[in-house]
Amino acid sequence: MKRSNAPLVWSLFGAGGMLAALVGPALVFVTGIAVPAGILMSQDLMRYQRMAGFAHNWLGKIIILAVIVLFLWHAALRIFHMLHDFGIHAGAGAKLVCFGLPLLCTIAAIYWVLMI
Amino acid sequence: MADSTKTIEMEVLRYRPEQDKEPFYQTYSVPFTDDWSVLQGLQYIKDDLDSTLSFRWSCRMAICGSCGMMIDGKPKLGCRTFLRHYYPNKVRVGPLEHFPIERDLVVVVEDFIKKLEGIKPYIIPKQARTLEQGENLQTPAQLEKFRQFSTCINCMLCYAACPQYGLNPDFTGPGILALMHRYNADSRDGGRAQRMELGHAEEGFWGCTAVTYCSEVCPKDVDPANAINQNKMGSAIDYFVRFVAPRGAGK
Amino acid sequence: MSAQTDKRRPYVRPMDSWWKRDPFFVRYMIMEATSVLVALYAVILLVGLLRLSQGEAAYKGWLEALKSTPSIVLHVVILVVFLYHLWSWFKVMPKTMPMIFVDGKKLPAETITYTGVTVAVVVNVIVLIILV
Repeated sequence: MKRSNAPLVWSLFGAGGMLAALVGPALVFVTGIAVPAGILMSQDLMRYQRMAGFAHNWLGKIIILAVIVLFLWHAALRIFHMLHDFGIHAGAGAKLVCFGLPLLCTIAAIYWVLMI
Repeated sequence: MADSTKTIEMEVLRYRPEQDKEPFYQTYSVPFTDDWSVLQGLQYIKDDLDSTLSFRWSCRMAICGSCGMMIDGKPKLGCRTFLRHYYPNKVRVGPLEHFPIERDLVVVVEDFIKKLEGIKPYIIPKQARTLEQGENLQTPAQLEKFRQFSTCINCMLCYAACPQYGLNPDFTGPGILALMHRYNADSRDGGRAQRMELGHAEEGFWGCTAVTYCSEVCPKDVDPANAINQNKMGSAIDYFVRFVAPRGAGK
Repeated sequence: MSAQTDKRRPYVRPMDSWWKRDPFFVRYMIMEATSVLVALYAVILLVGLLRLSQGEAAYKGWLEALKSTPSIVLHVVILVVFLYHLWSWFKVMPKTMPMIFVDGKKLPAETITYTGVTVAVVVNVIVLIILV
């Protein structure tokens, strides 16, 4: 019987889901509501100099990558399962989209974060 | 004799392959008292109204696992579900979901039986034992690790609950994977490596997407969702370290 | 005997819209669907990262877009979804863990869930405090 390769994406799914639970709400609130609307937090918080400085730092790069990449791979496995659950059995095509897109985004994210 | 007799409408799925093109629901008026189970209602139908109705049953006390059926759309044991719960509404009785219908409420269980045999559901000793060595000793703590999973009565309600089994019959399914875990977790057993070839496959643990409805419907609180999903971490670790530190036979 | 088996014609029922059959399945599909908005948020951040790498002018454009009303409304929706994800994640978590015994008694699933949710809420608050 063929061994499943699911552990590869499942591990990323698990890490991403845990991270999303631990910091997701706070991040969404800050980056999407509080700072842009100036509620409870200064709009200054995300100004260019501050964010570029954060991203210059190696720890900052790792945090940015961890959030983006793990959130994407968490969604990848769930969306792949959802397609199957909705009766869409596109086989290799589904795998290409569900895992190919996050892979492209991962590569792009690494490339862009290293440019800063 | 204070129980008054009421009448409930039971809508029961019928399917006789030799005469019915496809399944349909037939309604029966069943007089009952408050202590009556759905199974007793079906027996009344067969004894007094329509002897052509076919269904499985045996112990009437939720231990044999024979009378699994869909009652108002939920997988339940007929002997442990009571007509008074649905009265005065109708109650709809159908065969277990996700199995082909053989006849009326009887489903084809050959797939389940085959898979059950396939997981080696027996103690495979770590080493051969002689009679002189005496019995296997086990602490209460060692027993607790698998006791819950050993209470399965093979009623297949979890298979009716599991959409992944319904979508892909190659999936081994909740009950049998729980039983596999029961043996793997038993301190007397040494056959884990043999069973894991199935466990590590899509047909094994990885076919499960943690819907967890199986554990919700289990009449014996086996919690097959737990049996399966607690193995995913171990299976994943094994996946990554297998070339470096293979967990072969024994552990 | 073969005359009997010839008469067998097992009927296979379709799985169409199986998840509509029971509220339990609907809740499962909602839990799975939270991932779509998790992905959307990650993509918003990814675009932000791109703009950040392209320099101040490009980044300012991304920031301005975030200030728009549709963006803020969208993020409110995303926030609600993330909170539901937090809850449903720790609701399922006990199923993924081996049994834990404390003083000979099995740790109840609710304890694991409430502990997880509490820890997650605390971590989120700490993140908020750090960022303020």
